[in-house]
Amino acid sequence: MSYASIVWGHLRKDLRLELRTKDSINGMLFFSLLVVVVFALAFDPTSFPTIARQISGGLMCVAVLFASMTALNQSWARELNNHVLDAHRLSPSPASALFVGKAIANFLSVMVVELVLAPVFIIFYNLHPLGDSWKLLLILPLGTWSLVVNGTFFAALSLRTRNRETLLPLVLLPITMPSLLAMIQATTAVLTGDFEPTLWLKVLVAYVVVFTTICVLLFETILNAD
Amino acid sequence: MMTVSEMREEVAGTDAAIAVRLHRVSKLYGSFVALRNVSLTLPAGSSVVLLGENGAGKSTVLKLVSGLASPTYGGVTVFGERPQSQRGAIGTMGHATMLYDELTAMENLTYFAQMNGLGESRSELEHIAASAMREVGLDPALTRHVSEFSQGMRQRASLARVLMAKPQLLLLDEPFSNLDIGSARGMVERLIAYLSEPGEDGLARTLLLTTHQHELARPLAKTTVTLSGGQISLIEGDDAVVAGTEVTA
Amino acid sequence: MNASSTNARPNGSLPVWAYLYIAATLAVMAIGFDKAMTAPTEATMGNLYRVFFYHLPHAILSFIPPYLNCIASLLYLYWRSRNIERAQAADAFALASAEITVLYASIGLATGSLWGRAAWGIWWAWDARMTTYLLLWLLYVSYVLLRRFAAPGQTAIISAVLGIFAAVDVPICYMSIHWWRTQHPAPVFGGGADSGIDPSMYPAVLWNMLAWAMWGGLVLGIRYVIERRRQQKAAAIALGFLGNEPQEAL
Repeated sequence: MSYASIVWGHLRKDLRLELRTKDSINGMLFFSLLVVVVFALAFDPTSFPTIARQISGGLMCVAVLFASMTALNQSWARELNNHVLDAHRLSPSPASALFVGKAIANFLSVMVVELVLAPVFIIFYNLHPLGDSWKLLLILPLGTWSLVVNGTFFAALSLRTRNRETLLPLVLLPITMPSLLAMIQATTAVLTGDFEPTLWLKVLVAYVVVFTTICVLLFETILNAD
Repeated sequence: MMTVSEMREEVAGTDAAIAVRLHRVSKLYGSFVALRNVSLTLPAGSSVVLLGENGAGKSTVLKLVSGLASPTYGGVTVFGERPQSQRGAIGTMGHATMLYDELTAMENLTYFAQMNGLGESRSELEHIAASAMREVGLDPALTRHVSEFSQGMRQRASLARVLMAKPQLLLLDEPFSNLDIGSARGMVERLIAYLSEPGEDGLARTLLLTTHQHELARPLAKTTVTLSGGQISLIEGDDAVVAGTEVTA
Repeated sequence: MNASSTNARPNGSLPVWAYLYIAATLAVMAIGFDKAMTAPTEATMGNLYRVFFYHLPHAILSFIPPYLNCIASLLYLYWRSRNIERAQAADAFALASAEITVLYASIGLATGSLWGRAAWGIWWAWDARMTTYLLLWLLYVSYVLLRRFAAPGQTAIISAVLGIFAAVDVPICYMSIHWWRTQHPAPVFGGGADSGIDPSMYPAVLWNMLAWAMWGGLVLGIRYVIERRRQQKAAAIALGFLGNEPQEAL
């Protein structure tokens, strides 16, 4: 049984559970919509189109970050029901496959949220991107993966703590700061057309490669910590 | 001077014929002592029931043997190796089902069959899952969600999940809790049948279970080990099971 | 690491070299203070610039203990299943080095802010260096927080994992903040370490660098010894519960 097929098995199971319960995706969608509305009330984007262009990349990334935070704990909480997590800890299959499968599942649901959110943003904030819009197709998936891969890892780590709902953002945000910065800068570059997002894409790629590797290497350690 | 049990250790060593060996194991959670210097040897083929009150350390023994926890002091081996490296050979069933409520029984078992590396193709995995369900008498409920199952059906599905992998060592934590007498008897019969089948390499299969309902487990277990306050207080039955109190004396 | 000295002396006395080190640290700190106060007064800022002699060492030194923490964390993970005594020592060292990072970065930020107020008239500028130190500070505060939140018995392992993540994050943070500020030339004010220091200030800078490095080593050592004693006390209590039979380590 190859590693990829085990990852696929975990991914299939997570997607199936998410489709049946729709716990996290509904929460994320509504939460991010609320964030968009709250920010729009705070900044009045239609009267100041230039400012709207400059800040909306950041707002969207922050909205996605906060929304995904609500889903990350949820994605491990379902493993705690009926102690299924113990079955994973006792399983002979590689622990990191469980992590990769779940990270991909979380990534896909956050991407769905972004796909719904992007048009909402364009309408509510009256946006006309001045840079190369197609570059967003690289920026958003890379940035999302960088948030989700660490988020999935730290949500698993928080399972072993008291107040795990509180702890996750406290640990995740400082670690994610460089990738969040890169994602916001690159998105802003595309929206305003003031500068090239290439540098920030490179930062994102480096960040993704480095942290995906560490997460995969260290996941077994935290899964089996007792 | 060597005691009898030490000589037996010399002979058997870390031989695979010894299914489980706890050597002077202590387990602490913070400053709470769950187990205190426990030594226990289960030869392959033995069936042992752990008795004791709540908090006596029964579940801790199972956690250590399954590899879910590591001892604070002392050593645990399963078939001569660390429990973590024997995962394929150990089947664990807790009081929780370890199944996803939102998936059907078939989806659950196919998934766990794949995680246990029981087959390559999807049809092969589905076949294994279906026959495991048939053996516990759940084949009419294959496509129903586990959340719709009664408590007895859940326990049987959980048993199917464990037996499907054909483990050499079965660890059951309170398997009969929340079951009516009929379902519990059915489960005991299924277990007796499983244990009487020859295991891998001709070695007989080993069972270690905890329960409050000793009467139900009587047909299963030839030996009883009673724990109290994290120590072994009594061993009855087969003398091939060696308790720590005699070793250290 | 002075594990041997703490293990060998349960009565609480310190070895001679520890007293010598404390004396040397105090002496060097006194010299550093003298040099900082007697260095020539700066042309535009007057005496206010002297905070720089405290700011610079703390700011620079705060980049060292994260790597000590990372090494100790890796050693903890390596020794965890092999030698519990060494693993605990590594964990104590990781804790001490994370706390000294927070301490250095806090002092670096506070003195930086004082300097900013004196030099530029504002307490805080989002310039590259200050932001980097803020992120460094946030990273290691989150490490210390995690240690408080973790379930007992799992504190060491999960904080070791976070320690590795944090150390890997530090250079990425450093570079990305640097690019962030240079790409948007916001009001970055001149000054700081590498904009050129007058040679007359070298003795004060170097003595203070040495003084605060020695001071950091001292605080780290004390924190390490305290944590080791706490661990040994906890182990002794546990063994007390277990009775007097000797225990075999894993």
